[in-house]
Amino acid sequence: MSTTITATRNILGTSVLRPDGTAKVRGEFHFSSDEFATNMLWGATLRSPHPHARILSIDISAALKINGVSCVLVADDVPGKLTYGLISSDQPVFARDVVRYMGEPVAAVAADHPETCKRALEAIRVEYEVLDPLVDPERCLDQSVPPIHPDGNVFRHQRIVRGDQSIQGEVQVEGTYDIGMQDQAFLGLEAALAIPGHDGRSVELHIATQWLHEDRKQIADCLGLPEDDVQLVLGGVGGAFGAREDISLQVHSCLLALRTGRPVKMQYSREESFFGHVHRHPAKIWMRHHATKDGRIQRIEARMLLDGGAYTSTSPAVLINAITHTQGPYVCENATVDGFAVRTNNPPCGAMRGFGVVQACFAHESQMDKLAVACQLDPVEIRIRNAMSKGDLLITGQPMDSVAPVTRCIQETAAIPMPEAVTSDDPLLLPGGSGRTATSSNIRRGVGWGVSMKNLMYSEGFDDYSTARCTLQDGVAHLKFATSEVGQGFVTLAIQIATSILGVDQVELEQIDTRIGSAGSTSASRQTWMSGGALDGACRMVREMLFEKVGKEHHVDPIRLAIVDTDVVDTMGTLRVPVREASAGVSLSHTFEHHHRPTTDLDENGQGNCHVAFAFVAHRAVVDVDPELGLVKVVQIATAQDVGRVLNPLSAIGQIEGGIAQGLGLAVMEEIVIDNGRVRNPSFTDYLLPTALDAPVVEARFIEEPEPMAPLGAKGIGEPPCISVTPAIVAAIRDAIGKDIDRVPVRPQDICL
Amino acid sequence: MSSEHYALKVNGARHEVRDSWIGESLLYVLRERLGFYGTKGACEQGECGSCTVLMDGEAVCSCLVLAATAQGAEIVTVEGLAPEGELNDVQRAFVDKGAVQCGFCTPGLIVAITHLLDNDPQPSESKIKESISGNICRCTGYGRIFDAVQQAIEVRGVNR
Repeated sequence: MSTTITATRNILGTSVLRPDGTAKVRGEFHFSSDEFATNMLWGATLRSPHPHARILSIDISAALKINGVSCVLVADDVPGKLTYGLISSDQPVFARDVVRYMGEPVAAVAADHPETCKRALEAIRVEYEVLDPLVDPERCLDQSVPPIHPDGNVFRHQRIVRGDQSIQGEVQVEGTYDIGMQDQAFLGLEAALAIPGHDGRSVELHIATQWLHEDRKQIADCLGLPEDDVQLVLGGVGGAFGAREDISLQVHSCLLALRTGRPVKMQYSREESFFGHVHRHPAKIWMRHHATKDGRIQRIEARMLLDGGAYTSTSPAVLINAITHTQGPYVCENATVDGFAVRTNNPPCGAMRGFGVVQACFAHESQMDKLAVACQLDPVEIRIRNAMSKGDLLITGQPMDSVAPVTRCIQETAAIPMPEAVTSDDPLLLPGGSGRTATSSNIRRGVGWGVSMKNLMYSEGFDDYSTARCTLQDGVAHLKFATSEVGQGFVTLAIQIATSILGVDQVELEQIDTRIGSAGSTSASRQTWMSGGALDGACRMVREMLFEKVGKEHHVDPIRLAIVDTDVVDTMGTLRVPVREASAGVSLSHTFEHHHRPTTDLDENGQGNCHVAFAFVAHRAVVDVDPELGLVKVVQIATAQDVGRVLNPLSAIGQIEGGIAQGLGLAVMEEIVIDNGRVRNPSFTDYLLPTALDAPVVEARFIEEPEPMAPLGAKGIGEPPCISVTPAIVAAIRDAIGKDIDRVPVRPQDICL
Repeated sequence: MSSEHYALKVNGARHEVRDSWIGESLLYVLRERLGFYGTKGACEQGECGSCTVLMDGEAVCSCLVLAATAQGAEIVTVEGLAPEGELNDVQRAFVDKGAVQCGFCTPGLIVAITHLLDNDPQPSESKIKESISGNICRCTGYGRIFDAVQQAIEVRGVNR
C-alpha cells in the first residue's frame, strides 16, 4: 500500500515524518535505559522463586557485607503505603509475609555495578515455607477454597441481563474457547533513573511509562511524600502495548535513590521483564448463540472467566470490556452474560492492546463461523446480515451513537483481491519459514474472517481527561503536555495540529513530564482523541487571542479573521499579516483540558452507558497450512478499518501493520506457558514473536467517516488492528484443514494431532 | 572485581577500557563504559538483534561477545555508519518510509540492513526477510521496514 502523501506544510491529513525519526535512526534518541548520571548506582530486585509461599525470614547481612553494595531494602523499609495498584491497592511494594506469584519482589539492592547487584541478590537469604498454589481459575469461584489474599479470590463478578431470557433460537451454536496468556514484549526493557533531590526528600524519576501522573500518585503514596516532591520525566519509551500501565520498578528505584542519596539506575533483563509486568488475561469463554434459520442473532448466552493472577491491576476493567463486547459488531437484543475475573497464584494480568475485547472477539467470531455453517451462509453473508449500525442498542442498553460503518468495513475488505497461490519452491515462502521443513505439495490454503468492535477511551464513569498548553511566540508554537509518546507518533500529530490551526511552520515540543496537568494514559486508543483534543483546544484558544490582537491593531472585527496557510487573513477585506509578524514580541498562551462526555457505571444487570465511543474493523486472513507438520504461514491479511479520519496516513498504516503482527502472534505463536504457577518460557528464545519472515502481506483500506464526537473527527486506531485478526487467522486454519480449533495460540499439535 | 584494562577500536577510533570486570559483554562496554548508547539490549540471548554491531565486517549480537575478546577487532556501531550530522541511505529510508515507531529495534536493524546491502546491493525479497529475521520489531509489523529497504536499494542502484 502506498502511503506517501507529500505536502509542503506539516498539516493534518498528510504523512508528516516523525520529529524523533532522525535521532532514532542515528542511535541518538535517549531511551530510559540510556539514562546516566555521574556517581550513579545500579539497582536490582530480588524476586520470589515460588508461586505461593510464606516468608519465614529474610537475612540481608551477607549481602550488605559485599564490597560495592550500598543498600538492601525490604518491606519494612517502605516509608509510606506498603501497597500500590491501578484500581485496587493490593500489590505490595515488597512481599512481607507471603509471596503470591513467581517473580514477586521481595527485596531490592543498590550497588556500584550490575554484577555486584547480582551477587548481592544471591547473598540475600530468604527462608520460605512453600504453599500449594491456587492456579485453576474455576476453583476461585468455590467459596470453600481459602482466600490467597485478604481481599478474596474474586476481583469482580458482573452480569449482563437484557431482553427476553426465554428465547430459544431455531438455530443454536455453542462453543468453549481458550485464550492463552500473551506478553506485550515491547523491545525497550523496563528502565528508570531515579535522582534524589538536594533537599534529601524529593526525587525526580526518568521513566518509560504510559501515564506519568498515575505513576506519580502511586509512587508518592508509597514513598510517603506529597506529590509535589515527586517529579516524573518521560524517558524514551521502547514500546508499551499496555505493559507500562502498572508500577514495575518505579517505587523500588525511588526508594533506593532516597535511601542512598545517589542517583540509581534500574533496568530489567528480558527474563525479569516477563516477571516484572502484567500480561494479557488468559480466558475461558463459553458462548451459545440463538438465531433464526436465516442467520439473524436473537440471543446470546455467555460465561467468561478471566485469570487475573495474583493482584488486581486492571482486571475489573478488562472484565467489563470483555463482557460488554460479547455481541461483537452485531445486532443482538437479548443476552445473558456472566463474567468473572479472579485471583490466582499465576502471574498478574492487566492491560494489553485490545484490553478484554481480544478475548471476547475470539469467541464471538468463532461463533459467527459456526452460525454461518449451521445456517448454510458464507462467513461474509452471516456478518453483513447481523452487522450493527448507528442507532442500534448494545446489550448494555447503550445506544450505538458512534459512526458505525460495519457493513462497509466488511464489504471493502471483501473487495480486496485475494493473493495468488504460492508456486515457488522457495522454502521461506512456505509454512515453517526458515525451518525449511514444509513441502509445497502438502500445503493447503484457507480463508477466514474476523470483524470487531472496540470501545475507545476509559469507561464506567471515569473522567480520563487530558491537558495541553500552547504558547505562540514570534511565529513559533511551543507545546507542552504529559502525553506518553511510546512510539505511536503523538509527537508527530502534535506538530500537525499546531501547524494546521495556527499557521506556524515551527513547532517546539517541550519536555514531557509532570510539570503540567495529566494527559491520562497512552492506552485505550485514546491519545489522538484526548490529547489531540486538548492540543486542538489550546491551539484554537491561542488563535482566538491572536485574532483579538490583530483585530485590535488593524481595527478589524476578530470574527472576520482566519488563518490561511501561514497568514492571518481578513476574510472580508484585504488585510493579510503573516503569523510570525502578528505574534512578534508577544507570548500568547493557553492551557486546555479536554474531557470526553461522561459515562456511567453498569447496574446489577449490566445496563448502563458505560463506554464513550467505538471503532470497528474487518479482517480477512489467507493462510497456508502444512497439516502434517502443523505449520502455518499467514500469507495475506486484508483489512478495512473505521478510522473516522486519517490524520497521518504513514502513522496510521504503521499502527495497522504493527497491530496485525501482534494479533498474528496471539493466533499462532505467542503464549506464556505456565505450569502450576511457574512461568516456563520467560525469554525470547522460548517465547516466540513474529519476525520478518512471519509477516504477512497487509492490504489495508481506511474507512473515513469523520466521527462528530471526536475533536479531530478521528477515532483511535491503535487497538482495532490486533483484535479481529486473531480469529480471522484461526478461521482460515480451520478452513484449510477442516478441523475445529477452539484455542489460541494454535499450536502445531492442535493442527496435526 | 573491576581491574581489567584493554582497548577497543570503535568506529575507527581507539577507546581505552579501564577498571572493568572481565565478564562484561561488548554491549555493556559499548554503552555503559564508552557511551555508545545507540546499541540497544533487549534479550541478552542473541534472539532480538537490537544489539547488532559489525565486528571485522560481520554482523554480530554484541550481547553475546565478551568485550575483552573484541580487542583488535574493527567494531562499527550505528553511530559509525554515517559521518557526523549525516544519514546513510538506510537511515534516510527508515525516516522517509515510516519504518521507525518506538525506535528501539531501529539501530540494530539499520546496522543489519546496511551490512546486507554492502554485501549484496540487489537482494531478493526472501533474502531481505531472512537477513533481518534475527531483528525483532514489535511495533511496525515490518511492512514499512520492507518499504525502507526497497528505497535504500533503489537509491544505491541510482548512485552506483
